[in-house]
Amino acid sequence: MKARIIVTLKTGVLDPQGKAIEGALKSFGLAGIDGVRQGKCFELEVAETDPAAARAKLTEACEKLLANTVIENYHIDLA
Amino acid sequence: MKSAVVVFPGINRDNDMAHALEVVSGTPAHMVWHADTELPDVDVVVVPGGFSYGDYLRCGAIAARAPIMDAVRRHAARGGFVLGVCNGFQILTEAGLLPGVLMRNASLKFVCKLVHLRVENANTAFSSAYAAGSVFRTPVAHGEGNYFADDDTVKRLEGEGRVVFRYVDAEGNRGTDGNPNGAINDIAGILNDAGNVLGMMPHPENLVEPIQGGTDGRGIFESVLAAVA
Repeated sequence: MKARIIVTLKTGVLDPQGKAIEGALKSFGLAGIDGVRQGKCFELEVAETDPAAARAKLTEACEKLLANTVIENYHIDLA
Repeated sequence: MKSAVVVFPGINRDNDMAHALEVVSGTPAHMVWHADTELPDVDVVVVPGGFSYGDYLRCGAIAARAPIMDAVRRHAARGGFVLGVCNGFQILTEAGLLPGVLMRNASLKFVCKLVHLRVENANTAFSSAYAAGSVFRTPVAHGEGNYFADDDTVKRLEGEGRVVFRYVDAEGNRGTDGNPNGAINDIAGILNDAGNVLGMMPHPENLVEPIQGGTDGRGIFESVLAAVA
């Protein structure tokens, strides 16, 4: 089963990279794009065929390694 | 003082750290490979600076899950001293031995220069050789030294005297240009709640002999030396 995990910064955590990207977008004259926040996306394959079991395994992966839950949230999408 | 320096792939300050430990304590440090599962019998374990695992995923994230880190956790749980410098600080936060996280510098630039630190708490095993409120120089060299923690954690660190070192300017003042990375409350170094684990971004190991331009950093090692005596 394929899965995609999105890791994003929690609200309130300063994201200097996001701000710099937003500044670069504005410098192209692309107005009307605000609140840019940079995150990470992981694409992976899970041997598990049961969605609930796969989700449990990926949750453990996020909690243990893929996200730093001090500053990041994660979202798991199963294909 | 018996010491060990943990070596991960991509670490590059391990020899500087071992040299500083030997210069100050007179005893060579054990070098311990990340894949080992046991530490030698030591008083202090140092997690040095560098770019473990190329800073992949997050700085220190992969090193924090290396086999040796379970031994470092057991050492800390027994009350053994642990010092993390730069990448070592990042590794200790990722390993859950210290609270908070080191984020990308607010400037988005790698910063490599001498900074000034003020001793906020001289009553710790890592700072007793300094006078409270004194200011000393140390080099920094990092791209991710921007300390961050949630409000409650920062309040607790401040309230419990666990902010040991703070970035200041040469005159010891905050709020000017002393903070090289945007760290919250100008935090440069923090202590765990038991007082035996310290993490700091600056490199005291690079200022322990006159040939290095000064001996300001010796105090960290002399403090631990006194604490284990």
